[in-house]
Amino acid sequence: MSAQAGAVAAVEETCGSPGLPDGAAVDSTAITDPVMEVKSLNAWYGSFQSLHNICMRVARQRVTALIGPSGCGKSTFIRCLNRMHEMAPGARAAGQVLLEGEDIYDPQVDPVAVRRAVGMVFQKPNPFPAYSIFENVAAGLTLARVGRRFYRSQLAEVVERSLRQAALWDEVKDRLRQPATTLSGGQQQRLCIARALAVEPKVLLMDEPAAALDPISTLKIEELILSLKEQRTIVIVTHNMQQAARIADYTAFMLMGELIEFGPTAQVFTTPRDKRCEDYITGRFG
Amino acid sequence: MDVDRLHRRRRRWKERLMTVLIYLSVLVALLPLFSILIYVAIKGIGALNWDFFVRLPGPVGDPHAGMANAIVGTLELLLVAAAVGLPIGILAGIYLAEFGGHGLFSNSVRFLADVLSGVPSIVIGIFAYALMVLPVKHFSGWSGGVALGIMMIPVVTRTTEELIRMVPRSLREAGLALGVPRWRVTVSIVLRTAAGGLTTGAMLALARVAGETAPLLFTAFGNRYWHRSLNEPVAALTLQIYQYAISAFEDWQRQAWGAAFVLIIMVLILNILARLGTRSKFSTQQE
Repeated sequence: MSAQAGAVAAVEETCGSPGLPDGAAVDSTAITDPVMEVKSLNAWYGSFQSLHNICMRVARQRVTALIGPSGCGKSTFIRCLNRMHEMAPGARAAGQVLLEGEDIYDPQVDPVAVRRAVGMVFQKPNPFPAYSIFENVAAGLTLARVGRRFYRSQLAEVVERSLRQAALWDEVKDRLRQPATTLSGGQQQRLCIARALAVEPKVLLMDEPAAALDPISTLKIEELILSLKEQRTIVIVTHNMQQAARIADYTAFMLMGELIEFGPTAQVFTTPRDKRCEDYITGRFG
Repeated sequence: MDVDRLHRRRRRWKERLMTVLIYLSVLVALLPLFSILIYVAIKGIGALNWDFFVRLPGPVGDPHAGMANAIVGTLELLLVAAAVGLPIGILAGIYLAEFGGHGLFSNSVRFLADVLSGVPSIVIGIFAYALMVLPVKHFSGWSGGVALGIMMIPVVTRTTEELIRMVPRSLREAGLALGVPRWRVTVSIVLRTAAGGLTTGAMLALARVAGETAPLLFTAFGNRYWHRSLNEPVAALTLQIYQYAISAFEDWQRQAWGAAFVLIIMVLILNILARLGTRSKFSTQQE
């Protein structure tokens, strides 16, 4: 408990002081109306600390990409943004993550409610195999809102809207009753995006959503992300730097659990301020 | 060059030898199984007629004697067994797979389940006798069904745990990330994904206890007449087989074969139902 409090105090110091050597490269205070604000976030797996004092703002209705070599903490970081990190055995997190000004790590906050507001798409498409396409998209509504009944027509409306947003409607509208596993990998991933969209999250987290897909499906997912940001905020983890350059408004570079560089994508890719970020982007390591 | 060819020939020869050996092993393994099935069928079918399924047991020499009460009794005992064994076993399996982890308590439960599945069935019969027959001072169908149900618990627990563990973690995460409460993830996503396998496991566990005699000897006890309720001694096919097979009368022995055949068919049907359970429209397999 005291370690957590100490960490929070330390962050408030680092977050607010650009005088520190690393301060300038990770300064995100230029984002004035953030949806999320991460303050001195630390995370552990058992005794291994996988995130060190992360401070970062997430811009509203923009795409923020997290890049960095394997094991640098990108996935851990986005899993902390909807409190999924703590579901792994031995995992814990400390610090503040403000969603619209409210700390999602406040003991009063129900993690289930957090996950409804901050959706997530995973690396491997994971539709529910026992559910039809329709049931998959509706799952967030039918399973999560306990005590509230939905009329079929209401559900059908949400399902159609979500599938249209995920650019999948035309491909599946005649086979909504079929099992979700009959779809191709790329379609399954868009189905998972539709499923996440159906509960209307404020923020959508995507953990390498195209890593398991072929180039054409990847292109579709990228187009989809660009169309989604008109209404939603997206944080995406990617191994593919070209992908980050194509779709992200802001890019964050992480290394060994630390945020090394943050800024508008063009700036991070053309004039990185940190040497390690420059080395990574120019392909000298990673 | 020559050495090389020799090697290759020898290798091919070994390959053929091993293939023949493997096929022979399969035959040897299947031989007793099929001889039992065929022998029971030959001996049993002769004893079967309409009366066998609709009439009560009769005195020696009665050509119209049947085993209707034992067939119904066995089905009723299995129902009680399922009502006892399935809920306890499935809930325990869910606990072990989803919530228990590998702590001292969970590992003790696993260990005890393994021990319980190795306990001789007659000991379980004695347990049910002490628990349910002695206090009321009469045999009953209930006690027999409970004895069979207790036998099912460890099997169902461990298969449920295994099946639930096979549901990929990614599905649980997908559910949680949608804002679905944990218990709902377990019930609506994990259990539903594993439903086909669970049905199979339940059917196989039932099929296994359907053939038990020892736990019923001093619980259900057997009955030559119709039971009015499960509060009375209840006839069962296995008990009837036991009684008739060791009797001195040829037509009773013939009827025992008939009952054995009927029992095998019942178990076979349970197994086929179990197969159908796994072949549902939505398979549990993920690509």
